[in-house]
Amino acid sequence: MNYEKSNMMIKVKSVNKWYGKIQVLNDCSLNVSKGEVIVVCGPSGSGKSSLIKTINGLEPVNSGEIIVSGISVTDKSTNLDQMRSKIGMVFQNFELFPHMNVTENIKLGQTKVLRRTNEEAEQKAQALLERVDLTEHAHKYPSQLSGGQQQRVAIARGLAMEPMAMLFDEPTSALDPEMINEVLDVMVKLAKEGMTMMVVTHEMGFARKVADRVVFMDYGKIIEDAPSQDFFGSPRSDRAQEFLSKVLNH
Amino acid sequence: MNYNWDWGILFRDPYLGWMIGALGWTIVISILAWIIAFSLGSLLGIFRTSSKKSLRLIATCYVELFRNIPLLVQIFLWYFVFPEFLTDEWSRWVKRDMPYPALTTAVVAIGLYTASRVCEQVRSGIKAVGEDQRQAGRAIGMTEVQVYRFVLLPNAYRIILPPLTSEFLTIFKNSSLALTIGVIELTAMTRQIEEYTFQGFEAFTAATIIYSLVTFTVMALMQQIDKRTALPGSFSKGAS
Ligand SMILES: Nc1ncnc2c1ncn2[C@@H]1O[C@H](COP(=O)(O)OP(=O)(O)O)[C@@H](O)[C@H]1O
Ligand SMILES: [Mg+2]
Repeated sequence: MNYEKSNMMIKVKSVNKWYGKIQVLNDCSLNVSKGEVIVVCGPSGSGKSSLIKTINGLEPVNSGEIIVSGISVTDKSTNLDQMRSKIGMVFQNFELFPHMNVTENIKLGQTKVLRRTNEEAEQKAQALLERVDLTEHAHKYPSQLSGGQQQRVAIARGLAMEPMAMLFDEPTSALDPEMINEVLDVMVKLAKEGMTMMVVTHEMGFARKVADRVVFMDYGKIIEDAPSQDFFGSPRSDRAQEFLSKVLNH
Repeated sequence: MNYNWDWGILFRDPYLGWMIGALGWTIVISILAWIIAFSLGSLLGIFRTSSKKSLRLIATCYVELFRNIPLLVQIFLWYFVFPEFLTDEWSRWVKRDMPYPALTTAVVAIGLYTASRVCEQVRSGIKAVGEDQRQAGRAIGMTEVQVYRFVLLPNAYRIILPPLTSEFLTIFKNSSLALTIGVIELTAMTRQIEEYTFQGFEAFTAATIIYSLVTFTVMALMQQIDKRTALPGSFSKGAS
């Protein structure tokens, strides 16, 4: 089957993953179409990070299949480095490279992976910094920026590779409350521009605003996978209900 | 005690020249051994943290082997035992025909031993930089080699500069073990001057001062490097 022709961007099929004896992903299946925004939520330790990291092959799976834009991530013959360069990823703790300034952080992948010239990379970096509203911080080091600014640089670093999809692993949970919105605003903009996004987050406001679907995980299992109106209207499982009341009431 | 102090002996011909020459050998042994220790140790440190099980195994075996045998024993093994396992021709070359056989053996022995210690430092540095930095590098599509080159190593070396300085100073002190296989480096020369002149106190005092001066110089230099390479917003910890 040619996935390229279909509208399918990410296809996760019956994925299982163990860390030693603990099963962290239990028969997970999930489809993300081009341009869709999926929010993944669930209690801590439920396997959200594991799931998102298997999609760009940062974490291997024990069984099942993952296909991104028609290319199998779980197939051993796939060039994963090339694959990953086309999927942006944003981490909970930003993970900017501390020995490089903001511009260099955004240029590294462009010059070393995409082989763009220094000028091209520089231009792209400047354009992206403008987009995340950090132009005046171009030459600062990560440690000189606030958490919210660092996370916006991290998003710019991902976008610099012109990815076909972006993965976010709790992008705002390490931030002080007053910085959460500046990051969410960038993400909302991105979603509205049609970027395919898979976002692990407990920011239900964001989910309501831009998510097409909400996926709820517990104990490594995908318990619910519902259009967001349905999810917020009446999540079907008790666990999801309980979880929702917790995250919405604080 | 009727010991005739004579500090002037240290500045008289030929002893001053001897001391300076011997210091030269000590420095040569230290630097050459350090080049081996640093390059091999870094490579092994990379192996030790690599995603390839076979590379990790190689590095682990190396470290366990070289770190747990006393350095003096290793020097003897390389000098007296190792050549016996070679063909006659090679054995002769190692024992006699290669340039400076004793010195070369000492350099290699000290270098290989210290590589196992440098490996562990590099490993701990890479671990300190963290798994998440590695993943951030992989996530933008860099190969494992690129992630080491552009992300992990530049940060790891900054973190481990102080312990690496200590390792170098340890090499500098360990270089005196070369005297056991007949290399006339600083300590050996000091003993020789004592035997010639019976002014052992002066000679050993001078040697102590020279060792200390070199140590202080290296530490001061590394502190400068530490300051220069410190990242904005982070505190440099200072070479120890
Ligand atoms: N590298 C690892 N080694 C062993 N266990 C791990 C590792 N990473 C995660 N786990 C375990 O896997 C489970 C799922 O973790 P994770 O995917 O990080 O959950 P979440 O992101 O939903 O909090 C947890 O029980 C966690 O302790
Ligand atoms: Mg997580």
